[in-house]
Amino acid sequence: MLIEVQSLNVRYGNKKVLENINLSVSSGEIVTIVGPNGSGKTTLFKAIIGSAPISSGKIIMSPSVKVGYVPQVLNVDRSLPLTAERFLNLVNNRNDQGLLRAQQILGSEDYLSTQISSLSGGQLQRVLLARALMNDPDVLLLDEATRGLDQPGSAAFYKKIEEVRESSGCAVLMISHDLHVVMSASNRVICLNGHICCQGEPQSVASSPEYRDLFGSNIDGTFALYQHNHKENKSRINHSNA
Amino acid sequence: MLDDFMVRATLAGVGVSLAAAPLGCFVVWRRMAYFGEATAHAALLGISLSLMFEFSVFAGALFVSVIMATAVTIGQGRSLFLDTLLGVAGHSCMALGLIIVSFISGVRIELMAYLIGDILAVSKTDVLLIWLGLALVLLLLIWRWSALLLCTLNEDLAAASGLYPKRENFVLTIALAVVVAVGIKVVGVLLIISLLIIPAASSRSLGSTPEKMAIYASLLGALSAILGFNVSYVFDTPTGPSIVCVASLIFLLTLTFSLLKERFRPGIKIT
Repeated sequence: MLIEVQSLNVRYGNKKVLENINLSVSSGEIVTIVGPNGSGKTTLFKAIIGSAPISSGKIIMSPSVKVGYVPQVLNVDRSLPLTAERFLNLVNNRNDQGLLRAQQILGSEDYLSTQISSLSGGQLQRVLLARALMNDPDVLLLDEATRGLDQPGSAAFYKKIEEVRESSGCAVLMISHDLHVVMSASNRVICLNGHICCQGEPQSVASSPEYRDLFGSNIDGTFALYQHNHKENKSRINHSNA
Repeated sequence: MLDDFMVRATLAGVGVSLAAAPLGCFVVWRRMAYFGEATAHAALLGISLSLMFEFSVFAGALFVSVIMATAVTIGQGRSLFLDTLLGVAGHSCMALGLIIVSFISGVRIELMAYLIGDILAVSKTDVLLIWLGLALVLLLLIWRWSALLLCTLNEDLAAASGLYPKRENFVLTIALAVVVAVGIKVVGVLLIISLLIIPAASSRSLGSTPEKMAIYASLLGALSAILGFNVSYVFDTPTGPSIVCVASLIFLLTLTFSLLKERFRPGIKIT
């Protein structure tokens, strides 16, 4: 077991953000967390990496477990001059294997000398993923990693993740709104709304009443996709016009 | 050499500028300008207490700045109204400080010196304190440099890399309190924030890495202190405000320079 979360509770002030969370991630698994906005998905990630206050319960993770974390957003103030290359190497425990994987993600490296505040969405996403891979992690945490990417872009991104997992055997724990991706690519789905509503194999989760309550009755996920991801919605309309 | 008040004043001005400029880069990158200003304003309470109970002004200012900055750092993230809280805390401390000062006889004229600084009155001890403060701030920043940069970019990434963002932020908090405390004699509580952010803002267009930006900021800060001091000597103007005006002039120059560079960059036609 790489990560084990036991009866975790997180509160911000009086607000219960996470209540009695129990979950585990084993090596090589792809586990996806789905849930509406404000359901505590990002907070759960923050608790795992140690940046959210835990009010009770515990997270068991051996210190030898290497974590690669891809945040939801990286807001870099334009006043901070920092190249992508420098960002990759900033307080990062690199190793040869990790560097190799990072290079595969980065592809052509011509944008590495670019200031990080002027990277395109796709380039920034690649840089963030490459950074997370540089220590050859045992578990990769992806927080809505395809936000800001168009549909071909996010499809390519998930393909890369799959390749990384196959070659390195690392576990992937990800938060995603792309329900169709979730259903096809995950070993396990956790449906979160403050507490864990249901979890299990994608098909069993999709047919459970709790999941339908959250995402509507349209099981293939299209309805929920349109409801939850306006950016993707727009790009689809553009595609049909073209 | 230190018996000459001009040498002491120059050393004091340069010392404070050198400490303020690299820290000021973090203030600019993290958009903490208002935080710095509120901390500096609050320091007036410390000054008034030290005048009342007759202990070192430096210690009084440092004490209140540290408390103020620590309280805000702890409160950070728990409240959405951080800048409102800063305004409330900073200005109430300042107002309270002004009331306390009004009870002490003979201090009313001296008060101006704490608001805008009185660099010509710095003693040998002041110069020593300023340079000790400078050494402390620089050591803290150099020691935690990479960690602070990563925390500035994204605290969750920093936590995932094994850092403790709250601890790193506290380093900045302490450094800020020290700069405020040593800067009071030179530019006063009202203007110290300008020594933090103006040189940093000027150096943005000059430095292509965070380190270069910090070094240029320090050089420009020191230059402002020396030129400002000479301006004030020649034209008999208040020294603190003169230093700040020179720093602003340098900012305008570098801004113009970078705009021109942008405009005439080869390969781009502006119609």
